[in-house]
This record gives sequence, C-alpha cells and structure tokens, in this order.
Amino acid sequence: MGDKRTTESEVAAELRDGMTIGIGGWGSRRKPMTILREILKSPVRDLTVVSYGGPDVGMLCAAGKVKKVVYGFVSLDSIPLEPHFRSARQSGAIEAMEVDEGMLQWGLKAAAMRVSFLPCRAGIGSSVMDVNPSLKTVRSPYDESEELVAMPALPLDVAIIHANRADARGNGQYLGPDWFFDDLFCMAAKRRFMSCERIVDTADLLKEGSEQTLKINRMMTDGVIEAPGGARFTSCAPDYARDEELQREYATTPWEEFGPKWLEMS
Amino acid sequence: MCAIACAEAWRGDGEIVASPIGTVPTVGARLAALTFSPDLVLTDGDALVIAEPLPVGAPADFPKVVEGWLPFGKMFDLLWWGRRHVMMGATQVDRFGNQNIACIGLWEKPKAMLLGVRGAPGNTVNHTTSYWIPNHSPRAFVERVDFVSGVGYDRVPASAAVHEIRVVVSNLGVFDFDTPDHSMRVRSVHPGVTVDEVQSATGFELQVNGDVPETRMPTDEELRLIREVIDPQSLRDTEVKA
Repeated sequence: MGDKRTTESEVAAELRDGMTIGIGGWGSRRKPMTILREILKSPVRDLTVVSYGGPDVGMLCAAGKVKKVVYGFVSLDSIPLEPHFRSARQSGAIEAMEVDEGMLQWGLKAAAMRVSFLPCRAGIGSSVMDVNPSLKTVRSPYDESEELVAMPALPLDVAIIHANRADARGNGQYLGPDWFFDDLFCMAAKRRFMSCERIVDTADLLKEGSEQTLKINRMMTDGVIEAPGGARFTSCAPDYARDEELQREYATTPWEEFGPKWLEMS
Repeated sequence: MCAIACAEAWRGDGEIVASPIGTVPTVGARLAALTFSPDLVLTDGDALVIAEPLPVGAPADFPKVVEGWLPFGKMFDLLWWGRRHVMMGATQVDRFGNQNIACIGLWEKPKAMLLGVRGAPGNTVNHTTSYWIPNHSPRAFVERVDFVSGVGYDRVPASAAVHEIRVVVSNLGVFDFDTPDHSMRVRSVHPGVTVDEVQSATGFELQVNGDVPETRMPTDEELRLIREVIDPQSLRDTEVKA
C-alpha cells in the first residue's frame, strides 16, 4: 500500500511563484501552521490564497508572499481583526476578491464538481457585486425572474489542511465538532497535503471516532505529515485549545520581530 | 434592558435557529428560548445544538445536553433553507438597513479594513436578519454605508428568497422598517432616553410616528434568569454600559 508520508519542507518545495493555494480550517481554528511555517521560509512569492482566513492569511501577507487573497473574512476569532491582513489591505499591497462565506464554499464546490460556476443567491444586492466586476449573474431557464450569481469555480493548485488523525496512506480523521470545508479544499486542488496530530495504523482509525469522522479519504490527499501541535497557536479541538497568549503576542508584535521567532519555533 | 430588546427580536419565531453574534444578543436569544420562544434552536456558539441554554462564557467542559449538530457546512445548507434568524453586529447601518462590517472608506484601498462581508450578503437574502449596535452614534448610523455587506430595503434583489430586517437594537433604542418606504423608524426608546437624543446620535432623519413607547422593562423572572442562569458573570456589561 502506498505510503504518503512526507515533510513540511517537501510540501513547501512543491510551490511555485504565482500558484493558487487553498488553506483549510476556519479563522484561528485548525490551520496547518507547521506547513505554513515552511512556506514562509521558502522563496515562493505572488501566491493567490483562498481561505476562511485567520493567521495563515495574516502571516503570508506579513511575509510578502501574497499577490491576492480570496476571502469572506479574515479574523483571529478571539481577536476579531487580523492586523497584518488589515495592513496589507489598507496599504494596497495585495489584491483582493471579497465574497460571502457561502460564495467561497460554492466556488470550491464548483471546482470540485468540475463545472465553471454554480448559481448562488448570496451576493446579489450587496457591494460584493460592485467590487468584483468579474462576477457575472445567470438567469434561471425555469423562472425568468430568478437572477443568481454565477459563482465561478475556484480551482486550486495546492491545498493544505490539518487533521486530528490520519494514516500513512492519507486517510484523514476529524475528532472535533467541525471539519469546516477541508474536504472541499482538497477536492478543488491538484495537489493536496494534510498534516495531522498523529499518524495511526489504519486499523486503529475507528478507535477514537466513529466512521463519520473519516472525512478525508486517501483519494483526496497526495501527502501526509505527522505534526503534533501542528495547528498551534490556532485551536485543534479536541486535542488542544487556541494558545491565546501566543496569538496575542503575534497580533501585537511587529512581524519583523515576531516573524523570525515564529519561524524558529518547532 | 438591551438584552430584553434583543430577546424580543426572536418573539414568535418558532422552531428555527437563532444565531446571535455578540454577548448581548446571545443573552437575548437564550432568554427568549427560556421564556416566550421555547421552540428556538440554539447552538453552543460552535457546532453543537444544545437543548438547554448555556450560560454565556461557559467553559468548554460545562455540562450540556446536546440535541443536534450544525457544523458550518450544515449551517450554510440551513441558511439557504431559511429556517434561521441571525442578529449580527454592524459597524455601520443606514436608513434602509444596509449593513457594513467589511471596511471603512473605499473598498479598493480602505481607510480601515474590518472583518470582510462574512455571511451578511447571504443571510439577508435567505432569512430574517437583525442587528445589534452597542454604541449608537452618527458614525454607526450613517446616511449611506461605505460598503453594503448586509442588503437593505432599497437594494432587495428579485431573487431574494425572503428579505426582512426585523429590528436594529442599539444602546439607545429599538428601530424597525415598518414604514411605507421601509426607512428606519424609532420603534421604542430605552427608559431615560428621549427621541431627540436618539435623533441627534443618528446621521440621518429617523421616522417617528406619534408617541414613541419606551422599551419594556424585564420582568422579575427575566432578571433572575439573566443574572443567575444566562449571564452570572455579567459579561453583557463589558459590551455595553448599563
């Protein structure tokens, strides 16, 4: 059986300038932070980042890795506004595609379904339509009065996610209350990498959770990394809560000071 | 007082998800569920649906009876389905109930980047939405929002499944859009607040019909529930001055 174990630096080495990368998790919850750290250390740049954004987006912006962010929000949850993302937006350093959270889901789903768009009610009437001139609408062939957003597919070059458990073949397990949209990120991407708290024998996957917790199957991943604490300082329920102290330090310290320290942490 | 006004937003809503964002709306929703809207479906603020309202700020291991499960993916399905009434915050709200949580200034290069639109565009064309604004001022109640996150009455698209901005609750009063042109009206002022004070703290002309009533006071039982059951740590006071 295929063994997909790899390392964070091998994942970072797959990235090329200008690629589109999707990052799983939500806000400051279950972000693949150790993979992100190696991406920050790598020379890659001009990334388009698709994310239910948290410190992943903030750090990539602070480190000058980002050309464009596709997002519905960027937040640290307990600290509502992400400081580095805000700076990047306010200085005009990055391009932005701001859409409703549900539109983002639809864009990933369209990519996963291999259609060019999905009709979406969210967005119509809001300024989202004004600031994204590339967004088009579509009229229902069954009801002329129904005009919906034709949410374009958001295909990804690479997706990175963090799970609670996985096996070496690339099956992933979620033990917390929400797996967010990690499955969609993987299905929308050409190359998919999953870090996890612990790699277990395939036969042991159901020891900690029911079959419903096996949200990522091996068709959806190309590489798996054992990274205990791999989501820190973001939360990874039920394995650990968010490290609020470290997050506060991140949010209140200039990146020039915090960044080098962060990159050395393991 | 503000918690009562928030609770009232969900009166008569029946068996739908109440999604309060922020402490005072959360106290309100849980109070409504414990009193006059017992069929409301409440979460723990995360993915679990809980049968008995929790105290706000309860630790993760606080004992709870779980009756269901609504991770974000399921909540997004439910949003399309319409069985939901959310009370969101608003950095800006305008005369017609457009809401902004995205940015101040020009979106292309904002003076202040805020959260992003989050789910506001979808919420407002799929189900009932209300807003909670703890700092009523001309900077929050503006003639025109800088960016339309939540859709107001002057921009309702034909494809909206429903559109209802039920109320805006602030630290000064309760506002609705029950007017011929759906522009904002003073529904009630909180005790000790005058309509003139509300108007001067608002950046556009509010509609006033006749004598504006006072927001109702909590009953003794409601006060007990708030103080002893729902918010024993008085977290609501950190969001708004009493």
